[in-house]
Order: sequence, then structure tokens, then C-alpha cells
Amino acid sequence: MTAQGKQDTFKQRAHDALADPNLKIAIDRTTNTAQTKRTAAVDAFPEFQAARERGAAIKDHVIANLDHYLIEFERNATDAGAQVHWARDAAEAADIVTRICTAAEAKIVTRSKSMLGEEIGLPHALDDAGIERVETDLAEHIIQLAQERPSHIIWPAMHRTREDVAELFFKDHQPPPDADDPASMVASARRVLREKFMSADVGISGANFLVADTGATCTVTNEGNAELSTTPPRVHIVTAGIEKLVPSTDHAMALLRLLVRSATGGEVTQYTTFHCGPKRSGDADGPEEMHIVLVDNGRSRMVGDEFRQMLRCIRCGACMNHCVVYRQIGGHAYGGTYPGPMGAVLTPVLDGLPQSRDLPHACTMNGRCEEVCPVRIPLKTLLKAWRVRSWDSQQEVGTVRMGLGLWGHAARRPWLYHLGTRLALPVMRLFGRGGWIRGMPFASGWTRTRDLPKPASRSFMSQHRKYGNGGPQ
Amino acid sequence: MIENPRVGLFVTCLVDAMRPQIGFATIKLLEQAGCVVEVPRRQTCCGQPAGNSGDKAGAAALAKQVIAAFEGFDYVVGPSGSCIGQIRSYPKLFADPGWRRRAEDLAAKSYEILSFLHDVRGWSPTDVRLEASATYHDSCSGLRELGVQAQPRALLERVEGLELVPLEGANVCCGFGGTFCVKYPDISTAILSEKTANIAATGADILLAGDLGCLMNMAGRLHREGAATRCFHTVEVLAGMSDGPAIGEEDK
Ligand code: SF4
Repeated sequence: MTAQGKQDTFKQRAHDALADPNLKIAIDRTTNTAQTKRTAAVDAFPEFQAARERGAAIKDHVIANLDHYLIEFERNATDAGAQVHWARDAAEAADIVTRICTAAEAKIVTRSKSMLGEEIGLPHALDDAGIERVETDLAEHIIQLAQERPSHIIWPAMHRTREDVAELFFKDHQPPPDADDPASMVASARRVLREKFMSADVGISGANFLVADTGATCTVTNEGNAELSTTPPRVHIVTAGIEKLVPSTDHAMALLRLLVRSATGGEVTQYTTFHCGPKRSGDADGPEEMHIVLVDNGRSRMVGDEFRQMLRCIRCGACMNHCVVYRQIGGHAYGGTYPGPMGAVLTPVLDGLPQSRDLPHACTMNGRCEEVCPVRIPLKTLLKAWRVRSWDSQQEVGTVRMGLGLWGHAARRPWLYHLGTRLALPVMRLFGRGGWIRGMPFASGWTRTRDLPKPASRSFMSQHRKYGNGGPQ
Repeated sequence: MIENPRVGLFVTCLVDAMRPQIGFATIKLLEQAGCVVEVPRRQTCCGQPAGNSGDKAGAAALAKQVIAAFEGFDYVVGPSGSCIGQIRSYPKLFADPGWRRRAEDLAAKSYEILSFLHDVRGWSPTDVRLEASATYHDSCSGLRELGVQAQPRALLERVEGLELVPLEGANVCCGFGGTFCVKYPDISTAILSEKTANIAATGADILLAGDLGCLMNMAGRLHREGAATRCFHTVEVLAGMSDGPAIGEEDK
């Protein structure tokens, strides 16, 4: 699901992002803080490595036994009074949600941030169905005012500076907030949203975990907006990917510790809520109906192939906070629902490789993402796997294929390779001024922004042949 | 520990063409550490360009060539974390058990030069002087695939007169990434500019790293920006061979 920027290419989007100095300021502010806090949180968690291993093992176990836990979850959630729905793909999922809303004669729907909601195109589906949609997460609220999509999975509006937000609020909120005072802006948003919370007919949330042995769903927020979105309305709808399952509450807690530290560097999130079925008789509050929409959308296909480990992802965002590419171009340039390294692996699954083949290629393979991933997803290996598929399905650019073909041909014939080097070096040196080459045919990708050191007049191999191990003296 | 191991030098295609001195410095250090060094002539490239582009067959073909050229040695050593990282990953390229076994054997005895000198040979420099201040960039493959981090610093500490200045974000990628830097030059340059700003902020005379690809990238940008920082491969300093031209300086 790619609402914006489908026509333009990754390179174009990246180029535009690089040209926007405010974007860079905004990204740096957020990700630098996130990095520092995460480092401190991990340092203060002596069992962190062991916890990562356990987190990865829990997810692997669930993925290997997904059918078992799905059936268990459905049974327990149903027993608790919730209605469980199954959606094969994004369209089906969005359709189920809108039909529940229509059946409930909903006029206003409050939504608590969920990336899965974005993945299945829920904001659009609700808008198209003529239902008033209110995003209740502060950042999502900003995004909604700006008519954009999230650019980060934890801080959806991180690409917007405080000044941007003040401007948006100035247009849509009364009275105008003070741009230098974030507290006044928050208060202004609270005033606008509070009214909506109480008048909504349906509240929609995602789930960080689905607990199989109790049938509960778990949400984690820092603003309490999930609770406010899901408690007052008559109907609560949860949309969740099938990989969110965990066997028990204990397992959810183990993953929660990893999630929070990796995402925000905190020890706990302000609000962690387990919802188990609708309001029971005697309950003071809660929805009358609870619906849980379990979404596949490509996930069951991943179970059976090399991208299986990607299903471990707990959506903490640490990989993007530490990614040199993400930190330059931001989330929108990726063009899919999920940005950064995890998005570069997931988007080709969701949108197809032809639409997103740049993503696994636009990576320096420096490996910092998998170094910080709390569930040890081998992101580099998975990105390489996409490159192999891209190569095998002839999607690699023709000139690159040809260049590599020639290189490989020579490299497999050492005599030819060494002869080629001997002949090429003096030619390359002709382009040099002093010790540097400032421009040379076929090298503009390099020399437009950096100089190229002039190569040696004679290769190591030919010098070594002549002078031996001591080299020329 | 083998007294005088036979070591096959993996030269790397960049060192071969761009800066042979790194190869000779590596030999010198290996010999100081008691190794008998040979340079097999049947070597060309480790296959990274193909491997990183998804051309598994092309990468496997080059892997076979490297395996055949080097399997007779006690060790394979190269002045590049990324090429040695590629050699260590050869087993993944083969389904055939025979080749896989040979790839595993080779991977197990392949080392990046600084970790080899420090961890395997317990060598450290004596009588090397350099009156300068230097900062060190951790190239990603060496750092994360091979755990090269403490070794170069420990060895550089032993160079008399050399002051090591910490580099902010030393473990952050410089934006090279092999073919990445020419396929996505805009993004690469944006990443690189942050790196060169950090390098400039150290005020060090010299930038050191363990991989020529990253060094050429950083040196090329520093020069374009007009910075006076001189760039060397760490082995050049350790071998006492940093009195000549730095990367990009006109040779005499
Ligand atoms: S891939 Fe790992 S680091 Fe990235 S969001 Fe998922 S769990 Fe977090």
C-alpha cells in the first residue's frame, strides 16, 4: 500500500529528501536522542544479550507453531466474548473493519496509532466510506492535519519540526498555540481530541502482542490514547498481524522489555494495557463489542521462506534510528508503509519486488541495524537475499549486469586480469592532476562529489613480480 | 602457535591497483611477526562486487578460484576487513558438500591483518616512530563481521610519538558500501559529509582505517572539501612506511 509517491522513484524521493534541510534537522533531533537513550538503557540492562536471545527464541517458536497459537488465540478470545475475523490481504482487512463500522452506524471513529492500520490502508478506507476518522496519537494527529503518512514507526511525525507543528495547529486549532511552548501545543491538541474521544462510536487500535493462552490483546502507548480510543466507544476493533502472537503474558512481558528499551530507551512505557473481550456485566466501562481482525497479508508466505526471521520484528524502530541511509533520507523516501532496514526487507514482500527493488540495494551493508535489533534479525542477510532474487529475476539494471559480467570474466582469468590492470592504470593516470582525478569517463558517480586518488603507476602484482616481498626500495 | 607459518597474502583488487604500498607494508609486518609470506599469482578479486549485487553464481566462481589459490597455506591474511569477511562467508555460497568443506577450511584460517598480528601472532610494533596526531575510523565489515576494534588501537598505541585522537561516530559507516557509493551517490555523499565533518573536528593530522575502499572514499571527500588531513592505511603506519606520500598525494 503506497498512497503517495508511487509514480516517482526511490531515487527521486531520496533526492528531494536530501534537498530539505529541515528534514535533516528533524531526523537528527529525534534519532540522536533515541540512540543515546537506547545505549544508556541497554548498558543498564546487564542481561540484555540473554534477553535478546530469549526474545528471538520466543518469536521463532511462535512462527514455527503459528497455526497452533492462532487456533488457541481464536478460541480464548472468542470465549472472552470477542469476535475474531480473518483477513487474507490488505483489502480484505480494510473491508472487514469498514463493514463493522458501518454495521455499528458509526459517524466518528477514533483510531490509535498502528502501523498495521497503515499497511492495510485503513485511513483511506475509512475516509472513502465517509466515516469521520480521528487520529488520537499526537503525532498521528499532526500527520492527519498535514495529510501525510508516517515517516517513522515509533515517531510518525518525526520529520516535522516543532515550527511546522505550530503552523499546522495554528490553522486547525483554536486558540492559536505558542510555537515556543510545546506544552501549550499539547494542551491545544488535548482540547480538540478530548471531545472526539467521548463522542466516538468505534475505537480502532492495533496490538503489540496477541496473547494466545488468554485471548487478550496488548497495546503500548506513551499518551494513553489507546485506552481513551478503546474504552468509551461502543465498539472496539483491534487489527493485528498474525505474527504478533505470543504464547503467554509472561512472553509478552519478556518482549516488552526489549521493545521499550530499543524504541525509546525507557524502562517501561507509560501505558501498557491488556484488553480481554468486551465489557462484562458489572464492568464499570468498556466497549459492548470487541472485534479482532487477524491479518495475513503476505505473512504466512514468509513463514515458509528465507524471510521467516523478519516475522520476529517487534516494530521498535531501532534499526532505522541507527541506519545511515534512513538518517539522511527519512521515512517517506522508502515509499512503503515501513521505512528503514526493516522496511527495506518487508516492503518487497508487501508491494512486490519490481516496485521496491531499490530498497534492498540502497544499503551500505554496514550491519549496524542488526547489531541493534533486539530480536537479532539478520537484516543484512535478508537484504542480500532480496538482491539475489532481484538478480535472478533479471531486475538488476542492464549496465550493472554488463559491468559485473565483464569484471567477473576478467577476474576469473588471472592472466587477463593482471594484463588488464597493467594496461588500464597508465590510462587512468592520464586523467589525474597532481595525485587526484577530478573527473573521468564512467566515474561520475564518484567524482561529482569526491576526488579519486590517482592509481599506482604499476600494480602491486607487477611490482611484486619484479622486486619480490621487499617491494621497490 | 606455528613457529613460522606459511601465509598467503590476499592482496585485494583495490590495493593491487590503487595503493600497492599497503601490500608491501602488510608483507613487512607479517615477516616481522615471523611469517613466511607468499603471494599466489592466481588471485584477483574476492568476489564482493558480485556477491553484494546478488550474483551468487558469479561470486561462487571467484570463491572457487580463491579457495584453489590459497588452501595450501597455514593462513590467509589480507589488509581488508571486507574482503576477508567475504572469504569467511564463502561456505554460504556452496550447496555441494565438497566445495563447502573446502570453503569452511579456508574461512577458518583467513584473517584481517591487524587481528591476525594482534590475536594470532601476539605481535606488536617496536621502534616505530611517528610524530603526529591521528584519528581512527572503524570500517564496518572489519568491525562487525570480524570484531576488529581493540586490535588496531592497541597496536597504534605502541607507535612512539603518535597521539590517537578519538573520532566521534568512529563506528558509523562512511557511506562507501562498495557499489552503493556509485549507485546512490547522493545518499553516499550525504553520509560521507557527516563523517568528514567529524574527522575535521578531531583536528588530527592523519586519518587511519583498515580498509582501502573506505579510505579512498573519505580521502576523496576530504580533498574535495579542501581539508589537509592525510590518509593512510593503518598497516602503513605500523610498518613505518608513512613517511612517503599519503593517499592522493603525488608520488615523488
Ligand atoms: S527489525 Fe529489529 S530493530 Fe528493526 S524494528 Fe524490527 S525489531 Fe526493531
